Amino acid sequence: MEFAELIKTPRVDNVVLHRPFYPAVEGTLCLTGHHLILSSRQDNTEELWLLHSNIDAIDKRFVGSLGTIIIKCKDFRIIQLDIPGMEECLNIASSIEALSTLDSITLMYPFFYRPMFEVIEDGWHSFLPEQEFELYSSATSEWRLSYVNKEFAVCPSYPPIVTVPKSIDDEALRKVATFRHGGRFPVLSYYHKKNGMVIMRSGQPLTGTNGRRCKEDEKLINATLRAGKRGYIIDTRSLNVAQQARAKGGGFEQEAHYPQWRRIHKSIERYHILQESLIKLVEACNDQTHNMDRWLSKLEASNWLTHIKEILTAACLAAQCIDREGASILIHGTEGTDSTLQVTSLAQIILEPRSRTIRGFEALIEREWLQAGHPFQQRCAQSAYCNTKQKWEAPVFLLFLDCVWQILRQFPCSFEFNENFLIMLFEHAYASQFGTFLGNNESERCKLKLQQKTMSLWSWVNQPGELSKFTNPLFEANNLVIWPSVAPQSLPLWEDGVSLCHPDWSAVARSRLTATSVSQVQAILLP
Amino acid sequence: MEHIRTTKVEQVKLLDRFSTSNKSLTGTLYLTATHLLFIDSHQKETWILHHHIASVEKLALTTSGCPLVIQCKNFRTVHFIVPRERDCHDIYNSLLQLSKQAKYEDLYAFSYNPKQNDSERLQGWQLIDLAEEYKRMGVPNSHWQLSDANRDYKICETYPRELYVPRIASKPIIVGSSKFRSKGRFPVLSYYHQDKEAAICRCSQPLSGFSARCLEDEHLLQAISKANPVNRYMYVMDTRPKLNAMANRAAGKGYENEDNYSNIRFQFVGIENIHVMRSSLQKLLEVNGTKGLSVNDFYSGLESSGWLRHIKAVMDAAIFLAKAITVENASVLVHCSDGWDRTSQVCSLGSLLLDSYYRTIKGFMVLIEKDWISFGHKFSERCGHLDGDPKEVSPVFTQFLECVWHLTEQFPQAFEFSEAFLLQIHEHIHSCQFGNFLGNCQKEREELKFWRNMYHQFDRTLHPRQSVFNIIMNMNEQNEQLEKDIKDLESKIKQRKNKQTDGILTKELLHSVHPESPTLKTSLCFKEQTLLPVNDALRTIEGSSLADNRYSEYAEEFSKSEPAVVSLEYGVARMTC
Repeated sequence: MEFAELIKTPRVDNVVLHRPFYPAVEGTLCLTGHHLILSSRQDNTEELWLLHSNIDAIDKRFVGSLGTIIIKCKDFRIIQLDIPGMEECLNIASSIEALSTLDSITLMYPFFYRPMFEVIEDGWHSFLPEQEFELYSSATSEWRLSYVNKEFAVCPSYPPIVTVPKSIDDEALRKVATFRHGGRFPVLSYYHKKNGMVIMRSGQPLTGTNGRRCKEDEKLINATLRAGKRGYIIDTRSLNVAQQARAKGGGFEQEAHYPQWRRIHKSIERYHILQESLIKLVEACNDQTHNMDRWLSKLEASNWLTHIKEILTAACLAAQCIDREGASILIHGTEGTDSTLQVTSLAQIILEPRSRTIRGFEALIEREWLQAGHPFQQRCAQSAYCNTKQKWEAPVFLLFLDCVWQILRQFPCSFEFNENFLIMLFEHAYASQFGTFLGNNESERCKLKLQQKTMSLWSWVNQPGELSKFTNPLFEANNLVIWPSVAPQSLPLWEDGVSLCHPDWSAVARSRLTATSVSQVQAILLP
Repeated sequence: MEHIRTTKVEQVKLLDRFSTSNKSLTGTLYLTATHLLFIDSHQKETWILHHHIASVEKLALTTSGCPLVIQCKNFRTVHFIVPRERDCHDIYNSLLQLSKQAKYEDLYAFSYNPKQNDSERLQGWQLIDLAEEYKRMGVPNSHWQLSDANRDYKICETYPRELYVPRIASKPIIVGSSKFRSKGRFPVLSYYHQDKEAAICRCSQPLSGFSARCLEDEHLLQAISKANPVNRYMYVMDTRPKLNAMANRAAGKGYENEDNYSNIRFQFVGIENIHVMRSSLQKLLEVNGTKGLSVNDFYSGLESSGWLRHIKAVMDAAIFLAKAITVENASVLVHCSDGWDRTSQVCSLGSLLLDSYYRTIKGFMVLIEKDWISFGHKFSERCGHLDGDPKEVSPVFTQFLECVWHLTEQFPQAFEFSEAFLLQIHEHIHSCQFGNFLGNCQKEREELKFWRNMYHQFDRTLHPRQSVFNIIMNMNEQNEQLEKDIKDLESKIKQRKNKQTDGILTKELLHSVHPESPTLKTSLCFKEQTLLPVNDALRTIEGSSLADNRYSEYAEEFSKSEPAVVSLEYGVARMTC
């Protein structure tokens, strides 16, 4: 294998593994191309199988000839390995460092993983855009599928198939693409069957300082309005930031050119601000000193819950425009690949009962995150323990999952899936044996031939045996719009998600406890 | 009744507490001898017991009327606008009088009539028998005995009549010790751990001053540690911060000197006093009641209130106590200043951690009866039942309930009761509807003859919560029905089998079977029907009525404000069809 030269010491005996919640285990440590494995070589004892790609940072320490490696994982776990022998320890550490930071995507585990289960339904074909389109094409004939981006030439971050107004031809779309950031022309994100209102998303318009305009762009978004109706444009940046963007060629829709639209600015933070917030939060969660005041001020200083509140508020506003005001909306930020997607997908959770089912939620992630071009590869390259400053990392997807958890907590009977499902998605977004979250957009995934060379996460999740772990026993389907509260008093910290492995909270153990108690109740109640 | 001048006011507005745009409900306000009742135009009733009212405030007159703000002890806050100032003034004065009674006889418990006869009433009072409870713990035994020293409340007025002390402690020792303890509250047994043979004892602070000592008291402590055959040393926990305890020395009180007592390990725990707790809760409520609160303000407010820090201090003390008993097998003596606030918190929480019995509904009632009511926690003064010194009011018991709630959150399977039970108890320590929590100690009672959700339980729009409880109860009901069906069907099968064995299946018999099949069908239908109410329940709890819905308000904000300032301050109402 290609990794042989990176692994100097493939095996060490008498290694002691320390993990929170578990007693220390002594065993043999093995290093393979993709995994760190520890086995005590006894029956029914714990073993460690850790993907190298899950490792965020490592520390080494030496006391005499006993070396200690502390591994900090992207899912926030912290693991300690005591390795006898200085040389072995150094070798293992350098191998882990090299293997966890492989440059080439094609060397990642998904390209080597062979499933041990029989694939009943290929997840790569579970959620095709054509099928999704059929769901609302019966209700409206105002939309069509466009193949204008077939070769990824018009917009590199869009999928080959997008939904656009019927009255706009592909030629116009090409022109609009030149007027929108990254070529991301307005496309349909959600169709509200109840009143025919829609959510569209795009990149920012490239108005620049001289107020450029594009007739086709105006025509495109006006085509979605009914006669005499006004629509709302939700800009996920504050007015200030949007104005500053003009200097760099970006900007926002001018009232004069879009008289039928009203612009609302909501400020959702992005990039390094979110990443720093996560780093501070995880730091606070790992703080060993038990001091109530310091914990609260650290939690406050991380601003994590403020971000949650802002995102949820914007999503509620979008949902309100659709359901209550009866107005269509266009949502964009700068690129339209981060905060935009948070808002469009959360609005659908609020409005659309289907997106609260397991398959519906999978379809939502496929449509609004993977197909819509959220750059998972860049955003999830490092997690909360990374100490090198990098520009592209941000816990955008984790924040989205946290927001879903907040709604789930307020409406525990309205979701078909449970918290474990959200945690599982978070873990796989950062490190996985499946190819689903590899690459930054459809075009990259096509080039990597992921469909042919890797397994889809959905192929595994949608097996009946696996689904049972993620099913909410309290689920009662309802066709209602659910309106969450966004008051600070109603937004607690997602302990199990964010402080997954805090050494002193039995948070995880506790969540298992509640889950099992509910299933026990079910076992008793359902003969 | 002489306090009520106006019994009914119409066209009163009830403001939404968290609304930023003064959304309101209009309805009629009624004043009765015991309750304030508001019925809005949707016929939704809001009942407020006079005893629950913590404060009434009349604000400056506005164009729409005279605002009246009522804060309740169960953390409900209502904001009325009464159209005419005279009505408002009448109600204000009546409520001031009615909410603060001067005599026990005027309290609701003495007029409350639940339509019980005397024997039922007596049964209710005899439900909890503390002698029985001590028997359950395993006392009296070879080390502990019942003392009759306080039979007539002669030694200590605030203790119950029946006290358990070490067998080797003679009456003179007890009397001597009680003279050396504040308010005569000498060390007595609170909880006995049968397996470890260790005990939790409680008392008040010693009157040691800077150098005083008392041989009888030293003997009594020695007797307690000797009553534990496993471990020779015992812990003495002073639940006060060290500084407070030292300050008390100047007043001739203080804490045990380790040199004078053999085999004791002395420990301060640092729970603040009732005044600190009172202002901490006050701050917490102020933060929780702020309109348009930001996340950061909420957390800095929560932190500066110190409420959770105090909760943690109480929990830490209880954990220390439980560890001393289970890990070290050592007996523990707990005291604070008078031994009826912090001591009750720590002893009862410690027992709750140690003994699963107290985590049942009956056991929890016993625990409150034992550690709080019988040992003289001053419920009437701490809850402000009567018009008295506002400095004596303090949320000590509320804090205890919140600690228990934290435990139920961490160990959801360990408790027989739910959050609703704790809230109900909290409701009634203030309601004065039942006699249990009236008075300050057992003696006084005989002479008279006779809790996030906690702080926002009435702000339904702030905490949309689908009820898991309802669903489980529905499943339960449905299951019972199914079991009945199974039994019915089984008995029918038996009948049929009997008929088959009895004779030949004639056509007549077949006919007679026919009428049964419809019943079978209806029972199946019934199953489907019982599933539906889950949805109904869900709709009703979500308060989908127009009144509860924040949307109208939203729409206003929408049309009023400029694009850049539209904000969704407080979340939204809930499910709407």
